[in-house]
Amino acid sequence: MPFAGYQMPVQYEGIIAEHRAVRERVGLFDVSHMGELFLSGPDALGFVDSLVSNAVHAMPVGRALYTVCPNEQGTILDDLIIYRLGEEDVLVICNAGNLQKISTYFGAKAAAAGVPFEDRSPSLSLLALQGPAAAATLRDAGGAQFAELSSFHTLRGELLGVPTIAARTGYTGEDGFEICVPNESAVKIWRALLSAGEAHGIAPVGLGARDTLRLEARLSLYGNDIDETTNPYEAGLAWVVKLDGPSFVGKPALSRIKAEGVRRKLVGIEMRGRGIARHGYPLADEAGEEIGVVTSGCPSPTLKKNIGLGYVPKAMSKVGTPLRVLIRGKAIEAEVVKTPFYKRAK
Amino acid sequence: MAQVPADLRYTKDHEWARDEGEFIRVGVTAYAVEQLGDVTLIDLPPTGSDLQAQERFGDIESVKTVSELFAPVSGEVVEANTALEESPELVNEGPFEQGWLVLIKPSEPGEYGRLMDARAYEDYLASLEG
Repeated sequence: MPFAGYQMPVQYEGIIAEHRAVRERVGLFDVSHMGELFLSGPDALGFVDSLVSNAVHAMPVGRALYTVCPNEQGTILDDLIIYRLGEEDVLVICNAGNLQKISTYFGAKAAAAGVPFEDRSPSLSLLALQGPAAAATLRDAGGAQFAELSSFHTLRGELLGVPTIAARTGYTGEDGFEICVPNESAVKIWRALLSAGEAHGIAPVGLGARDTLRLEARLSLYGNDIDETTNPYEAGLAWVVKLDGPSFVGKPALSRIKAEGVRRKLVGIEMRGRGIARHGYPLADEAGEEIGVVTSGCPSPTLKKNIGLGYVPKAMSKVGTPLRVLIRGKAIEAEVVKTPFYKRAK
Repeated sequence: MAQVPADLRYTKDHEWARDEGEFIRVGVTAYAVEQLGDVTLIDLPPTGSDLQAQERFGDIESVKTVSELFAPVSGEVVEANTALEESPELVNEGPFEQGWLVLIKPSEPGEYGRLMDARAYEDYLASLEG
Protein backbone atom coordinates (compact mmCIF):
# COMPACT_ATOMS: atom_id res chain seq x y z
CA MET A 1 0.00 0.00 0.00
CA PRO A 2 1.31 3.44 -0.85
CA PHE A 3 0.72 4.93 2.59
CA ALA A 4 4.16 4.86 4.14
CA GLY A 5 5.52 8.38 3.84
CA TYR A 6 4.33 9.85 0.58
CA GLN A 7 5.63 7.29 -1.85
CA MET A 8 2.92 7.49 -4.41
CA PRO A 9 2.66 5.59 -7.65
CA VAL A 10 2.67 7.47 -10.95
CA GLN A 11 0.66 4.57 -12.31
CA TYR A 12 -0.85 1.24 -11.33
CA GLU A 13 -2.22 -0.46 -14.44
CA GLY A 14 -1.18 2.22 -16.95
CA ILE A 15 -2.04 5.89 -17.32
CA ILE A 16 -4.44 5.49 -20.26
CA ALA A 17 -6.37 2.59 -18.69
CA GLU A 18 -6.63 4.46 -15.37
CA HIS A 19 -7.71 7.65 -17.13
CA ARG A 20 -10.44 5.75 -18.94
CA ALA A 21 -11.63 4.09 -15.73
CA VAL A 22 -12.29 7.53 -14.20
CA ARG A 23 -14.04 8.90 -17.30
CA GLU A 24 -16.20 5.81 -17.80
CA ARG A 25 -16.56 4.18 -14.37
CA VAL A 26 -14.80 5.13 -11.14
CA GLY A 27 -11.24 5.55 -9.89
CA LEU A 28 -9.69 5.83 -6.44
CA PHE A 29 -6.73 8.13 -5.76
CA ASP A 30 -4.52 8.47 -2.73
CA VAL A 31 -3.85 12.20 -2.45
CA SER A 32 -2.76 12.17 1.19
CA HIS A 33 0.19 14.38 0.30
CA MET A 34 -2.17 17.38 0.26
CA GLY A 35 -2.31 19.68 3.29
CA GLU A 36 -5.21 20.05 5.76
CA LEU A 37 -5.28 23.24 7.82
CA PHE A 38 -8.04 23.76 10.40
CA LEU A 39 -9.21 27.13 11.71
CA SER A 40 -11.80 27.55 14.41
CA GLY A 41 -13.63 30.05 16.55
CA PRO A 42 -16.04 32.88 15.77
CA ASP A 43 -13.46 34.69 13.61
CA ALA A 44 -12.32 31.64 11.57
CA LEU A 45 -14.39 32.35 8.47
CA GLY A 46 -13.56 36.06 8.34
CA PHE A 47 -9.91 35.26 8.93
CA VAL A 48 -9.71 32.86 5.96
CA ASP A 49 -11.70 35.37 3.88
CA SER A 50 -8.99 37.97 4.54
CA LEU A 51 -6.30 35.74 3.00
CA VAL A 52 -8.02 34.48 -0.16
CA SER A 53 -9.62 36.04 -3.22
CA ASN A 54 -12.98 34.25 -3.39
CA ALA A 55 -16.06 35.14 -1.31
CA VAL A 56 -15.45 32.88 1.69
CA HIS A 57 -17.49 35.28 3.87
CA ALA A 58 -20.60 34.32 1.92
CA MET A 59 -20.20 30.55 2.41
CA PRO A 60 -22.98 28.83 4.35
CA VAL A 61 -22.14 25.89 6.60
CA GLY A 62 -21.59 22.78 4.46
CA ARG A 63 -20.20 24.57 1.40
CA ALA A 64 -16.86 24.01 -0.33
CA LEU A 65 -15.21 26.71 -2.44
CA TYR A 66 -12.24 26.87 -4.81
CA THR A 67 -10.04 29.94 -4.50
CA VAL A 68 -6.56 31.29 -4.96
CA CYS A 69 -4.46 32.68 -2.13
CA PRO A 70 -2.77 35.78 -3.53
CA ASN A 71 0.22 37.68 -2.15
CA GLU A 72 0.43 41.49 -1.87
CA GLN A 73 1.49 41.67 -5.54
CA GLY A 74 -1.64 39.81 -6.63
CA THR A 75 0.25 36.74 -7.84
CA ILE A 76 -0.60 33.28 -6.59
CA LEU A 77 0.83 31.72 -3.40
CA ASP A 78 -1.37 28.65 -3.81
CA ASP A 79 -4.78 27.48 -4.97
CA LEU A 80 -7.00 26.08 -2.23
CA ILE A 81 -10.30 24.42 -1.47
CA ILE A 82 -12.06 25.92 1.54
CA TYR A 83 -14.61 23.81 3.45
CA ARG A 84 -16.97 25.49 5.88
CA LEU A 85 -17.44 22.51 8.19
CA GLY A 86 -19.45 24.26 10.89
CA GLU A 87 -20.44 27.68 12.21
CA GLU A 88 -16.95 28.12 13.63
CA ASP A 89 -14.93 25.48 11.77
CA VAL A 90 -13.10 25.97 8.48
CA LEU A 91 -10.84 23.50 6.69
CA VAL A 92 -8.32 24.69 4.12
CA ILE A 93 -6.91 22.11 1.68
CA CYS A 94 -3.63 23.20 0.09
CA ASN A 95 -1.14 21.70 -2.35
CA ALA A 96 1.56 19.38 -1.02
CA GLY A 97 4.32 21.40 -2.65
CA ASN A 98 3.11 24.54 -0.88
CA LEU A 99 2.19 22.99 2.46
CA GLN A 100 5.13 24.36 4.40
CA LYS A 101 4.75 27.83 2.90
CA ILE A 102 0.99 28.03 3.39
CA SER A 103 0.97 26.37 6.81
CA THR A 104 3.61 28.81 8.06
CA TYR A 105 1.81 31.77 6.49
CA PHE A 106 -1.65 30.88 7.82
CA GLY A 107 -0.18 29.86 11.19
CA ALA A 108 1.62 33.19 11.68
CA LYS A 109 -1.37 35.27 10.56
CA ALA A 110 -3.73 33.20 12.74
CA ALA A 111 -1.52 33.62 15.80
CA ALA A 112 -1.46 37.40 15.25
CA ALA A 113 -5.24 37.46 14.82
CA GLY A 114 -5.88 35.16 17.79
CA VAL A 115 -7.62 32.54 15.63
CA PRO A 116 -7.08 28.90 16.68
CA PHE A 117 -5.10 27.14 13.93
CA GLU A 118 -4.03 23.54 13.51
CA ASP A 119 -2.10 21.91 10.67
CA ARG A 120 -3.35 18.32 10.80
CA SER A 121 -1.71 17.27 7.51
CA PRO A 122 0.66 14.77 9.17
CA SER A 123 -2.19 12.79 10.77
CA LEU A 124 -4.81 12.92 8.00
CA SER A 125 -5.12 11.05 4.73
CA LEU A 126 -7.09 12.20 1.71
CA LEU A 127 -8.66 9.83 -0.81
CA ALA A 128 -10.37 10.94 -4.00
CA LEU A 129 -13.15 8.82 -5.44
CA GLN A 130 -13.89 10.10 -8.95
CA GLY A 131 -16.04 9.08 -11.90
CA PRO A 132 -19.65 8.57 -12.94
CA ALA A 133 -19.97 5.61 -10.53
CA ALA A 134 -18.36 7.44 -7.58
CA ALA A 135 -21.66 8.14 -5.80
CA ALA A 136 -22.89 4.55 -6.21
CA THR A 137 -19.56 3.25 -4.94
CA LEU A 138 -19.62 5.50 -1.88
CA ARG A 139 -23.21 4.48 -1.15
CA ASP A 140 -22.34 0.78 -1.46
CA ALA A 141 -19.39 1.31 0.89
CA GLY A 142 -21.77 2.52 3.59
CA GLY A 143 -21.45 6.24 2.93
CA ALA A 144 -25.02 7.01 1.81
CA GLN A 145 -25.15 10.31 3.73
CA PHE A 146 -22.02 11.50 1.89
CA ALA A 147 -23.19 10.16 -1.48
CA GLU A 148 -26.18 12.51 -1.26
CA LEU A 149 -24.06 15.65 -1.02
CA SER A 150 -24.57 18.23 -3.77
CA SER A 151 -21.65 19.46 -5.84
CA PHE A 152 -19.22 21.60 -3.80
CA HIS A 153 -20.84 20.67 -0.52
CA THR A 154 -19.17 19.03 2.46
CA LEU A 155 -20.22 17.01 5.49
CA ARG A 156 -18.62 15.71 8.69
CA GLY A 157 -19.73 12.28 9.80
CA GLU A 158 -18.68 8.66 10.02
CA LEU A 159 -17.80 6.19 7.30
CA LEU A 160 -17.63 2.60 8.59
CA GLY A 161 -17.20 3.99 12.09
CA VAL A 162 -14.31 6.22 11.04
CA PRO A 163 -14.57 10.00 11.61
CA THR A 164 -14.73 11.39 8.09
CA ILE A 165 -14.93 14.70 6.29
CA ALA A 166 -16.17 14.24 2.74
CA ALA A 167 -16.92 16.74 -0.01
CA ARG A 168 -18.36 16.43 -3.49
CA THR A 169 -15.28 17.92 -5.13
CA GLY A 170 -12.41 16.70 -7.26
CA TYR A 171 -9.65 17.36 -9.74
CA THR A 172 -10.67 15.27 -12.72
CA GLY A 173 -13.63 16.95 -14.44
CA GLU A 174 -15.89 14.09 -13.31
CA ASP A 175 -18.41 13.78 -10.52
CA GLY A 176 -16.76 12.59 -7.35
CA PHE A 177 -15.74 12.94 -3.73
CA GLU A 178 -12.72 13.82 -1.68
CA ILE A 179 -12.66 11.89 1.59
CA CYS A 180 -10.51 12.89 4.54
CA VAL A 181 -9.85 10.30 7.26
CA PRO A 182 -7.26 9.72 10.02
CA ASN A 183 -4.11 7.95 8.79
CA GLU A 184 -4.71 4.90 10.98
CA SER A 185 -8.03 4.25 9.20
CA ALA A 186 -6.96 5.17 5.69
CA VAL A 187 -6.05 1.65 4.57
CA LYS A 188 -9.39 0.35 5.88
CA ILE A 189 -11.34 3.01 3.97
CA TRP A 190 -9.20 2.54 0.84
CA ARG A 191 -9.93 -1.19 0.86
CA ALA A 192 -13.63 -0.70 1.60
CA LEU A 193 -14.00 1.70 -1.34
CA LEU A 194 -12.07 -0.61 -3.68
CA SER A 195 -14.20 -3.54 -2.57
CA ALA A 196 -17.51 -1.63 -2.93
CA GLY A 197 -16.31 -0.30 -6.28
CA GLU A 198 -15.54 -3.73 -7.71
CA ALA A 199 -19.08 -4.12 -9.03
CA HIS A 200 -18.72 -0.69 -10.67
CA GLY A 201 -15.36 -1.45 -12.34
CA ILE A 202 -13.22 0.62 -9.97
CA ALA A 203 -9.49 1.10 -10.59
CA PRO A 204 -6.79 2.58 -8.34
CA VAL A 205 -5.39 5.62 -10.14
CA GLY A 206 -1.92 7.15 -9.88
CA LEU A 207 -0.53 10.64 -10.29
CA GLY A 208 0.03 10.21 -14.03
CA ALA A 209 -3.66 9.92 -14.87
CA ARG A 210 -4.49 12.56 -12.26
CA ASP A 211 -2.49 14.97 -14.42
CA THR A 212 -4.07 13.98 -17.77
CA LEU A 213 -7.57 14.09 -16.24
CA ARG A 214 -7.14 17.53 -14.70
CA LEU A 215 -5.57 18.93 -17.87
CA GLU A 216 -8.46 17.76 -20.07
CA ALA A 217 -10.78 19.56 -17.64
CA ARG A 218 -8.45 22.62 -17.66
CA LEU A 219 -7.91 22.55 -13.93
CA SER A 220 -4.75 24.45 -13.00
CA LEU A 221 -1.70 22.67 -11.65
CA TYR A 222 0.25 24.80 -9.19
CA GLY A 223 3.90 24.98 -10.18
CA ASN A 224 3.03 24.42 -13.84
CA ASP A 225 0.20 26.75 -14.89
CA ILE A 226 0.11 29.06 -11.90
CA ASP A 227 2.73 30.19 -9.39
CA GLU A 228 4.10 33.31 -7.71
CA THR A 229 4.83 34.88 -11.10
CA THR A 230 1.28 34.57 -12.44
CA ASN A 231 -1.89 36.41 -11.47
CA PRO A 232 -5.40 34.92 -11.50
CA TYR A 233 -6.62 37.19 -14.31
CA GLU A 234 -4.04 36.01 -16.84
CA ALA A 235 -4.47 32.40 -15.62
CA GLY A 236 -8.18 32.43 -16.46
CA LEU A 237 -9.14 32.41 -12.78
CA ALA A 238 -10.94 35.78 -12.67
CA TRP A 239 -14.02 33.88 -11.51
CA VAL A 240 -12.41 33.19 -8.13
CA VAL A 241 -11.52 36.86 -7.53
CA LYS A 242 -14.34 38.79 -5.85
CA LEU A 243 -13.47 42.47 -5.58
CA ASP A 244 -16.86 43.64 -4.32
CA GLY A 245 -16.61 42.07 -0.85
CA PRO A 246 -14.40 42.60 2.22
CA SER A 247 -10.71 43.32 1.79
CA PHE A 248 -8.13 40.55 1.44
CA VAL A 249 -4.37 40.32 0.93
CA GLY A 250 -3.60 41.27 -2.66
CA LYS A 251 -6.94 42.96 -3.34
CA PRO A 252 -5.46 46.40 -4.18
CA ALA A 253 -2.95 44.80 -6.57
CA LEU A 254 -5.64 42.67 -8.20
CA SER A 255 -7.95 45.69 -8.60
CA ARG A 256 -5.12 47.47 -10.40
CA ILE A 257 -4.32 44.44 -12.61
CA LYS A 258 -7.98 44.16 -13.55
CA ALA A 259 -8.24 47.88 -14.36
CA GLU A 260 -5.06 47.87 -16.45
CA GLY A 261 -5.93 44.64 -18.25
CA VAL A 262 -3.63 41.64 -18.61
CA ARG A 263 -0.77 41.46 -21.11
CA ARG A 264 -0.84 37.68 -21.54
CA LYS A 265 -3.32 34.86 -21.13
CA LEU A 266 -3.21 31.18 -20.36
CA VAL A 267 -4.84 29.46 -23.34
CA GLY A 268 -5.68 25.97 -24.46
CA ILE A 269 -3.44 24.60 -27.20
CA GLU A 270 -4.08 21.75 -29.56
CA MET A 271 -1.27 20.32 -31.66
CA ARG A 272 -1.94 20.32 -35.38
CA GLY A 273 1.42 18.82 -36.34
CA ARG A 274 2.98 15.65 -34.93
CA GLY A 275 4.31 16.40 -31.48
CA ILE A 276 3.46 16.63 -27.81
CA ALA A 277 3.75 19.98 -26.04
CA ARG A 278 5.42 19.71 -22.63
CA HIS A 279 5.92 22.05 -19.68
CA GLY A 280 8.58 24.63 -20.52
CA TYR A 281 8.60 24.28 -24.32
CA PRO A 282 8.67 27.70 -26.05
CA LEU A 283 5.67 28.93 -28.04
CA ALA A 284 6.23 30.91 -31.23
CA ASP A 285 4.13 32.78 -33.77
CA GLU A 286 3.92 31.72 -37.41
CA ALA A 287 7.09 33.68 -38.19
CA GLY A 288 8.98 31.66 -35.60
CA GLU A 289 9.28 34.51 -33.09
CA GLU A 290 9.12 33.24 -29.50
CA ILE A 291 6.01 34.68 -27.85
CA GLY A 292 5.24 32.48 -24.86
CA VAL A 293 5.68 29.18 -23.09
CA VAL A 294 3.86 25.89 -22.61
CA THR A 295 2.90 25.31 -18.97
CA SER A 296 1.27 21.87 -19.28
CA GLY A 297 0.89 19.33 -22.05
CA CYS A 298 0.08 15.72 -22.69
CA PRO A 299 -1.61 13.38 -25.10
CA SER A 300 -5.31 13.49 -24.23
CA PRO A 301 -6.55 9.92 -23.74
CA THR A 302 -10.21 11.01 -24.13
CA LEU A 303 -9.83 13.24 -27.19
CA LYS A 304 -6.92 11.31 -28.71
CA LYS A 305 -5.27 14.64 -29.50
CA ASN A 306 -2.19 16.30 -28.08
CA ILE A 307 -3.28 19.16 -25.85
CA GLY A 308 -1.69 21.74 -23.60
CA LEU A 309 -1.88 25.07 -21.84
CA GLY A 310 0.43 28.01 -22.31
CA TYR A 311 0.84 31.72 -21.83
CA VAL A 312 0.58 33.86 -24.98
CA PRO A 313 0.26 37.64 -25.53
CA LYS A 314 -3.36 38.76 -25.21
CA ALA A 315 -3.46 39.61 -28.92
CA MET A 316 -2.73 35.96 -29.74
CA SER A 317 -5.15 34.41 -27.26
CA LYS A 318 -8.18 34.19 -29.52
CA VAL A 319 -9.50 30.73 -30.36
CA GLY A 320 -8.21 29.68 -33.78
CA THR A 321 -4.94 31.64 -33.58
CA PRO A 322 -2.16 29.60 -35.18
CA LEU A 323 0.89 28.94 -33.00
CA ARG A 324 4.10 26.95 -33.16
CA VAL A 325 5.44 24.80 -30.36
CA LEU A 326 9.23 24.53 -30.45
CA ILE A 327 9.95 20.87 -29.82
CA ARG A 328 13.61 19.90 -29.80
CA GLY A 329 14.49 22.51 -32.40
CA LYS A 330 11.47 21.93 -34.63
CA ALA A 331 8.54 24.35 -34.93
CA ILE A 332 5.42 22.16 -34.81
CA GLU A 333 2.04 23.61 -35.79
CA ALA A 334 -0.56 24.18 -33.09
CA GLU A 335 -3.64 26.28 -32.51
CA VAL A 336 -5.39 28.12 -29.69
CA VAL A 337 -8.53 26.17 -28.79
CA LYS A 338 -11.45 26.54 -26.42
CA THR A 339 -11.19 25.04 -22.94
CA PRO A 340 -12.04 22.89 -21.12
CA PHE A 341 -10.86 20.31 -23.63
CA TYR A 342 -13.26 17.85 -22.04
CA LYS A 343 -16.58 18.53 -20.35
CA ARG A 344 -18.68 15.73 -18.92
CA ALA A 345 -22.27 15.36 -20.03
CA LYS A 346 -24.64 16.57 -17.30
CA MET B 1 12.09 -9.32 -14.75
CA ALA B 2 11.29 -8.07 -18.24
CA GLN B 3 11.54 -10.44 -21.17
CA VAL B 4 15.02 -10.60 -22.81
CA PRO B 5 14.99 -12.79 -25.97
CA ALA B 6 18.19 -14.83 -26.22
CA ASP B 7 18.76 -14.27 -29.97
CA LEU B 8 19.04 -10.46 -29.83
CA ARG B 9 21.79 -7.96 -29.01
CA TYR B 10 21.27 -4.98 -26.71
CA THR B 11 22.44 -1.46 -25.82
CA LYS B 12 22.63 0.26 -22.44
CA ASP B 13 19.92 2.63 -23.69
CA HIS B 14 17.55 -0.35 -23.99
CA GLU B 15 17.45 -0.73 -27.75
CA TRP B 16 17.61 -4.23 -29.22
CA ALA B 17 19.12 -5.32 -32.55
CA ARG B 18 18.42 -8.50 -34.51
CA ASP B 19 20.72 -9.85 -37.23
CA GLU B 20 18.49 -10.71 -40.20
CA GLY B 21 21.29 -11.40 -42.66
CA GLU B 22 21.60 -8.41 -44.95
CA PHE B 23 19.77 -6.12 -42.52
CA ILE B 24 19.58 -5.44 -38.81
CA ARG B 25 16.19 -4.81 -37.24
CA VAL B 26 16.05 -2.40 -34.28
CA GLY B 27 13.52 -1.74 -31.51
CA VAL B 28 13.25 -0.92 -27.83
CA THR B 29 13.23 -3.60 -25.15
CA ALA B 30 10.38 -4.76 -22.93
CA TYR B 31 12.23 -3.20 -20.01
CA ALA B 32 12.22 0.20 -21.76
CA VAL B 33 8.51 -0.13 -22.46
CA GLU B 34 7.78 -0.98 -18.82
CA GLN B 35 9.65 2.13 -17.75
CA LEU B 36 7.92 4.37 -20.30
CA GLY B 37 4.35 3.22 -19.83
CA ASP B 38 1.81 3.89 -22.59
CA VAL B 39 3.72 4.97 -25.72
CA THR B 40 1.89 7.78 -27.54
CA LEU B 41 4.24 9.10 -30.22
CA ILE B 42 7.35 7.88 -32.01
CA ASP B 43 9.54 10.03 -34.20
CA LEU B 44 11.59 7.92 -36.63
CA PRO B 45 14.02 8.94 -39.40
CA PRO B 46 12.86 8.61 -43.02
CA THR B 47 14.04 5.78 -45.24
CA GLY B 48 17.47 6.54 -46.64
CA SER B 49 18.73 8.31 -43.49
CA ASP B 50 22.27 7.53 -42.41
CA LEU B 51 22.57 6.54 -38.76
CA GLN B 52 25.69 6.61 -36.61
CA ALA B 53 26.04 4.05 -33.84
CA GLN B 54 25.26 5.52 -30.40
CA GLU B 55 23.83 8.69 -31.89
CA ARG B 56 20.25 9.83 -31.51
CA PHE B 57 18.02 8.76 -34.38
CA GLY B 58 14.59 9.58 -33.01
CA ASP B 59 12.36 10.05 -29.99
CA ILE B 60 9.80 7.95 -28.19
CA GLU B 61 7.14 9.66 -26.07
CA SER B 62 4.82 8.21 -23.49
CA VAL B 63 2.01 10.02 -21.70
CA LYS B 64 4.48 11.29 -19.11
CA THR B 65 7.91 11.57 -20.72
CA VAL B 66 10.11 11.83 -23.79
CA SER B 67 13.12 9.55 -24.35
CA GLU B 68 15.72 9.65 -27.08
CA LEU B 69 16.43 6.66 -29.30
CA PHE B 70 20.05 5.76 -30.00
CA ALA B 71 21.24 3.69 -32.94
CA PRO B 72 22.82 0.36 -31.92
CA VAL B 73 24.73 0.16 -35.21
CA SER B 74 25.71 2.51 -38.05
CA GLY B 75 24.07 2.23 -41.43
CA GLU B 76 21.26 3.29 -43.71
CA VAL B 77 17.59 3.12 -42.78
CA VAL B 78 15.99 0.88 -45.41
CA GLU B 79 12.60 0.82 -43.70
CA ALA B 80 10.91 2.59 -40.78
CA ASN B 81 7.90 1.02 -39.08
CA THR B 82 5.25 3.42 -40.38
CA ALA B 83 2.47 1.47 -38.63
CA LEU B 84 3.65 3.17 -35.43
CA GLU B 85 2.53 6.59 -36.70
CA GLU B 86 -1.10 5.54 -36.36
CA SER B 87 -0.64 2.91 -33.66
CA PRO B 88 2.23 3.74 -31.30
CA GLU B 89 0.72 1.30 -28.78
CA LEU B 90 2.17 -1.54 -30.91
CA VAL B 91 5.43 -0.84 -29.08
CA ASN B 92 3.71 -1.66 -25.77
CA GLU B 93 1.95 -4.69 -27.19
CA GLY B 94 4.98 -6.29 -28.85
CA PRO B 95 8.29 -4.46 -28.42
CA PHE B 96 10.23 -7.35 -30.00
CA GLU B 97 7.69 -8.06 -32.74
CA GLN B 98 5.16 -5.67 -34.32
CA GLY B 99 6.59 -2.76 -32.32
CA TRP B 100 10.00 -2.78 -34.07
CA LEU B 101 11.31 0.67 -35.09
CA VAL B 102 13.72 0.62 -38.05
CA LEU B 103 15.48 -1.79 -40.41
CA ILE B 104 19.11 -0.84 -41.00
CA LYS B 105 21.58 -1.84 -43.71
CA PRO B 106 24.74 -1.88 -41.57
CA SER B 107 27.85 -0.03 -42.76
CA GLU B 108 30.22 -1.16 -39.98
CA PRO B 109 30.11 -4.98 -39.87
CA GLY B 110 31.93 -5.28 -36.51
CA GLU B 111 29.49 -3.18 -34.50
CA TYR B 112 26.74 -5.75 -34.08
CA GLY B 113 29.04 -8.30 -32.48
CA ARG B 114 30.23 -5.75 -29.92
CA LEU B 115 26.71 -5.14 -28.57
CA MET B 116 25.67 -6.85 -25.32
CA ASP B 117 24.27 -10.35 -25.68
CA ALA B 118 21.14 -11.38 -23.77
CA ARG B 119 23.06 -12.58 -20.72
CA ALA B 120 25.10 -9.38 -20.47
CA TYR B 121 21.93 -7.31 -20.87
CA GLU B 122 20.18 -9.30 -18.15
CA ASP B 123 23.11 -8.67 -15.82
CA TYR B 124 22.95 -5.00 -16.76
CA LEU B 125 19.21 -4.86 -15.94
CA ALA B 126 19.86 -6.61 -12.63
CA SER B 127 22.48 -3.96 -11.82
CA LEU B 128 19.94 -1.20 -12.55
CA GLU B 129 17.40 -2.73 -10.23
CA GLY B 130 20.06 -2.71 -7.48
